Amino acid sequence: MSGPTNPPANGADEAGPFAFTKANAALAEEIVGRYPEDREASAVMPLLDLAQRQNGGWLPPPAVAYVADYLGMPHIRVYEVVTFYSMFNLKPVGRNQVKVCTTTPCWLCGSAEVLDACRETLGIDLDETSEDGEFTLTEVECIGACVNAPVIQINDDYYEDLDGARTAALLDLLKKGEKPKPGSQTGRQCSAPVKGLATLISSGKMKGREGD
Amino acid sequence: MLREEDRVFTNLYGAGDWRLKGARSRGDWDNTKDLMAKGADWIIDEVKKSGLRGRGGAGFPTGLKWSFMPKEPDGRPHYLVVNADEGEPGTCKDRDVLRNEPHKLLEGCLLASLAMDAHLAYIYIRGEFHDEAERLEAAVEEAREAGLIGKDACGSGFEFDIRVHRGAGAYICGEETALLESLEGRKGMPRLKPPFPAGAGLYGCPTTVNNVESLAVVPDILRRGGSWFSALGRPNNAGTKIFCISGHVNDPCNVEEEMGIPLKELIEKHAGGVRGGWDKLLAVIPGGSSVPLIPKLVCDSVLMDFDSLVEVKSGLGTAAVIVMDKSTDIVAAIARLSKFYKHESCGQCTPCREGTGWMWRVMERLVTGDAGIKEIDLLLEVSHEIEGHTICALGDAAAWPVQGLIRHFRPELERRIEACKTAQAPAPAGTRAA
Amino acid sequence: MPKLTIDGVEVEVEPGITVLQACETAGVEIPRFCYHERLSIAGNCRMCLVEMEKSPKPVASCAMPVADGMVILTHSEMAVKARRGVMEFLLINHPLDCPICDQGGECDLQDQALFYGFDRTRFEEPKRSVEEKDFGPLIQTFMTRCIHCTRCVRFATEIAGVEELGLTGRGEDVEIDTYVEKALGSELSGNMIDLCPVGALTSKPYAFTARSWELGKTESVDALDAVGSAIRVDSRDGEVMRILPRLNEAVNEEWISDKTRFAYDGLRRQRLDRPYVRRDGKLEEASWDEAFAAIAGQLEDAPGQRIAAIAGDLADCESMLALKDLMAALGSANTDCRQDGARIEAGRRAGYIFNTTIAGIEQADACLLIGTNARFEAPLINARLRKRYLAGGFSVGFVGPEVDLTYRAERLGAGPKTLGEIAEGEHPFARVLDHASHPMLIIGQGALARPDGAQVLATARAIAEETGMIADGWNGFNVLHLAAARVGGLDIGFVPGEGGLDVAAILEAASSGGLDAVYLLGADEIDMAGLADTFVIYQGHNGDAGAEAADVILPGAAYTEKDATYVNTEGRVQYTRLAVFPPGEAREDWKIVRALSGVLGQTLAYDDIGALRARMAEVNRIFAAPDEAQPAEWGAFGTPGEMDPAPFAYPVENFYMTDPITRASVTMAKCTELARSVNKDKTGTDG
Repeated sequence: MSGPTNPPANGADEAGPFAFTKANAALAEEIVGRYPEDREASAVMPLLDLAQRQNGGWLPPPAVAYVADYLGMPHIRVYEVVTFYSMFNLKPVGRNQVKVCTTTPCWLCGSAEVLDACRETLGIDLDETSEDGEFTLTEVECIGACVNAPVIQINDDYYEDLDGARTAALLDLLKKGEKPKPGSQTGRQCSAPVKGLATLISSGKMKGREGD
Repeated sequence: MLREEDRVFTNLYGAGDWRLKGARSRGDWDNTKDLMAKGADWIIDEVKKSGLRGRGGAGFPTGLKWSFMPKEPDGRPHYLVVNADEGEPGTCKDRDVLRNEPHKLLEGCLLASLAMDAHLAYIYIRGEFHDEAERLEAAVEEAREAGLIGKDACGSGFEFDIRVHRGAGAYICGEETALLESLEGRKGMPRLKPPFPAGAGLYGCPTTVNNVESLAVVPDILRRGGSWFSALGRPNNAGTKIFCISGHVNDPCNVEEEMGIPLKELIEKHAGGVRGGWDKLLAVIPGGSSVPLIPKLVCDSVLMDFDSLVEVKSGLGTAAVIVMDKSTDIVAAIARLSKFYKHESCGQCTPCREGTGWMWRVMERLVTGDAGIKEIDLLLEVSHEIEGHTICALGDAAAWPVQGLIRHFRPELERRIEACKTAQAPAPAGTRAA
Repeated sequence: MPKLTIDGVEVEVEPGITVLQACETAGVEIPRFCYHERLSIAGNCRMCLVEMEKSPKPVASCAMPVADGMVILTHSEMAVKARRGVMEFLLINHPLDCPICDQGGECDLQDQALFYGFDRTRFEEPKRSVEEKDFGPLIQTFMTRCIHCTRCVRFATEIAGVEELGLTGRGEDVEIDTYVEKALGSELSGNMIDLCPVGALTSKPYAFTARSWELGKTESVDALDAVGSAIRVDSRDGEVMRILPRLNEAVNEEWISDKTRFAYDGLRRQRLDRPYVRRDGKLEEASWDEAFAAIAGQLEDAPGQRIAAIAGDLADCESMLALKDLMAALGSANTDCRQDGARIEAGRRAGYIFNTTIAGIEQADACLLIGTNARFEAPLINARLRKRYLAGGFSVGFVGPEVDLTYRAERLGAGPKTLGEIAEGEHPFARVLDHASHPMLIIGQGALARPDGAQVLATARAIAEETGMIADGWNGFNVLHLAAARVGGLDIGFVPGEGGLDVAAILEAASSGGLDAVYLLGADEIDMAGLADTFVIYQGHNGDAGAEAADVILPGAAYTEKDATYVNTEGRVQYTRLAVFPPGEAREDWKIVRALSGVLGQTLAYDDIGALRARMAEVNRIFAAPDEAQPAEWGAFGTPGEMDPAPFAYPVENFYMTDPITRASVTMAKCTELARSVNKDKTGTDG
């Protein structure tokens, strides 16, 4: 699945009618096909995600109803799903959703400083959206990149190994309309230790080996 | 220390090519057909022999789990469901497998599915792992195009396909029955057991849910033999394991090591040691946020495996080692975990829904000491009222960190309460600033 | 059969049941909030935890299947401690508003807190408060009291078949909610009030009017449809304060419809509480003597064939028989209880009752619905059909306008044409019925209350006979009635006697001056214009169409105000009981007829209800066997012949208002209004 990310326009504040675009309709059909017959409900989360991406990052009631009807599900069942999962937004959000992980591993490594840098650079507090509709700042629970703490996620991308200054720098880039390079902001390779690689990795060693 | 040739995840850090070509160069998908030809019983036996215990946190023997699947067909399809909903604070190992070693996982899926007569596997990956999911999908596509999976997987005649399903932000979906609920299009609320997934899982059909790492080591186990794997580590605690070392270390990282490595060695060899030296260590959460912390004294000598950590009233969990040095506000660190569990409780059953919020609120007050001395015991009692009384293990997971804190840091809690009381007490007349 | 040990006592139980059920059979009660035997198992409240040998943790007994050799301890330290913990958690965020909570006195939480609660709280944080929801005019929400057991959600989803309620959000923020706030689109919604173990869902009309312990409780049956649901009438100071269901597995299980539950305010409004006599075109208050004198004056010289009597839908058997006897004494055979002109004959009982019985539906495996929207006409029977549907292997087809029955049902056609095809074996559904081992059909008044009703009935009989609905130990032929009075009226024989007039003929005769008097026993559903200038006696309890047309009004008693006999659509004879006295000068109905008979010089031969009931049993043996559904002998009924191709129409357009009581009810008026606006919205967006 590769829905259009970072759509150009923020979704309308008012809940107008909703329908999948032609491209998304085709994608939706493909998604539903991943599940056995009569199990269309399994597609509810991917389709809500698709609808949310199409609608600028949030799900107005007509979009929820549309997905429910698309899958033949009672509206309340889909509403339950929407309110259960933290990645679905029932209110408009900024073009850049800045999600700061503050769970203990990140907190130990300075997520408070990162969060402060976000507040300061963006001029908004948690759960607020900047007036220009560019940024929404939220706190999230562990996003699973703990050895690269502290981390933030902006829309789909992880930014890792942050501190206050690096956070401010990358947000400044975003404000200028440029896209900072995702991943470690100190340039390290994924989750590898920076200093002294105790485990030197060579590839292709185990081809066809039997136990020794 | 793990010998280089015993390493399974040779591209853990993504230095090499994650694609099929790169994976093949590392030995993945090598003669898979031959392994398949040895049959389901052989596969299950080898995995049993290997001593592999589930890498998702609970440590249930993988081969045994597979053997619970019904042997006689009853018309219902069997499913393999891969738990890639990695979300246990401190844990980021599956992420590396998904993005850098996806083919190990896919090959593991095929072999496990053959063993359990499943022809379809769903990989449930957490929604936040966007790039990882795209890579995984690309890897699945590659495998399909190469005929490694599909109508005639690896030319074996076995039909098998893999579908990737993305979550949408809920820690609880890492609980296997909540994951199945979510995969069926509902809220991720854990199911009552029995029935267990092997009897009635996805869509009411026999299902096995396995962690990413558990499956990804299976091809190596089968190629090298179960005895190779079981020779690593200690009895009942076999094999290699990816450890995630985060927090106050000089060089936080993921690393594959042999089970049973001493915690101190793990931290010092691979993570550059504790910031400021071992003596600056306060405590470690050795297995992800759900296990009780252990103080430095225990850390000095404990081995990193299931049984050793249980002996010190903690657990290996996901082998996510969260290191805290003496600068840490240990109460705030655990209070933040309490907030996590409150946020992630599904709300279905009473003790967890009500208890996690209660614990968090008391914990928040204990951070500043704004509490009565009796509230320490109250908190402990509340944690015991949750533990063991819930539908799933999230209740236990919320209770244990708090219990660990009280077990090892009660004097610190008492000190804060006393300090707070003193600060709040009216100062003697005449000494008070205006 | 598995054997297990419960609290040291070995018991042998049915396989497949749960530990909680096993405990119950062993006489050990397990506290519970979320568990309900008629709903799916949720296992979420954790109140039913028990200790199980070899399990390190206590287990939820409601969800644990029994196994041989299990050792269960229900009052061990582990079990009690677990329950105390759960109770404490339930109470920390539960408001301490029992003194102003309508659930007080009948609250599961309150009761259990007595056994497992602490006498003071250890919870020092602020309590959670939750916004109220708008569930319409029947259900008042106090969501802060909710303990999230999800019984209401499961009821709506499973029993009522309307997926409108859910548990939204997560963690401590979960809430019972609807997607878009509105009335719950179910005719059974009030049952959620009973199911709610706390005071989160309470009765809106009953709110703050009484405390449960002040109420007199009278076991009775409902008369607002032909189901005859078992009810309990709760009263205080001579007023009905509320109506609750009583358990009757054979009929309503433990549910009642919203009409049955909430129409009781209609018992207080527009009541006829004294006799009236029309003088100079105006109805004026009168004494009983004056009223009787006015009637005697009119009937004095009237020949029997110039008087007639019509029994209404709420009439009880006692008063119908008394009136029929009086009419006979006066020489009139012009009696009829079929206000709607349904073409059903009184003779062959199997031809006018619900032979399968309501509980028998659960044995059926295919069902043909003819001209009936069971959901509006008999919600409890519809609920039983849904229950059967959920069990699987149940094909339902219907002939009539498109309708949502809450379960999957195939629309076979619009009317007689389709029915004819089924009878001829030309319609595919005929094969479905043929192949079924226990096929059934339900024919409604929408198919019978039309000029060709007798032909439709005969066609239905043919279908029943040809598709194997009539077999040893199985009768799949069913008539669904709307009126509580109807089967009793037919059993009594309140139909035209030899040469007598039926309702249509009575109205026709009356409109052309062919009658001197018409006696309406609670008959309000006929076309009053047809009575023209004929002298009309109206006996009943609510001022409705009949009273308006009357020259003399005799104030009678409603079903909650008399010991009376009703026969439900299954042919089950049941008794209502006097819960409150009729208001003012109103009297029990058979006594009015009996008194009038004396004034008319035709004194009826029974002085008390015992004697009258003996006479009823003489007229029809069925009255000697109350509470049972007696199998009826099969035979010929209906009149084979041409049917009018005009499609069937469902007789009940507005479920909430079907009789003088419900039409007088403000609550039912609110429901009607809301249902209309929701329907309008629906057409607005769907169209």
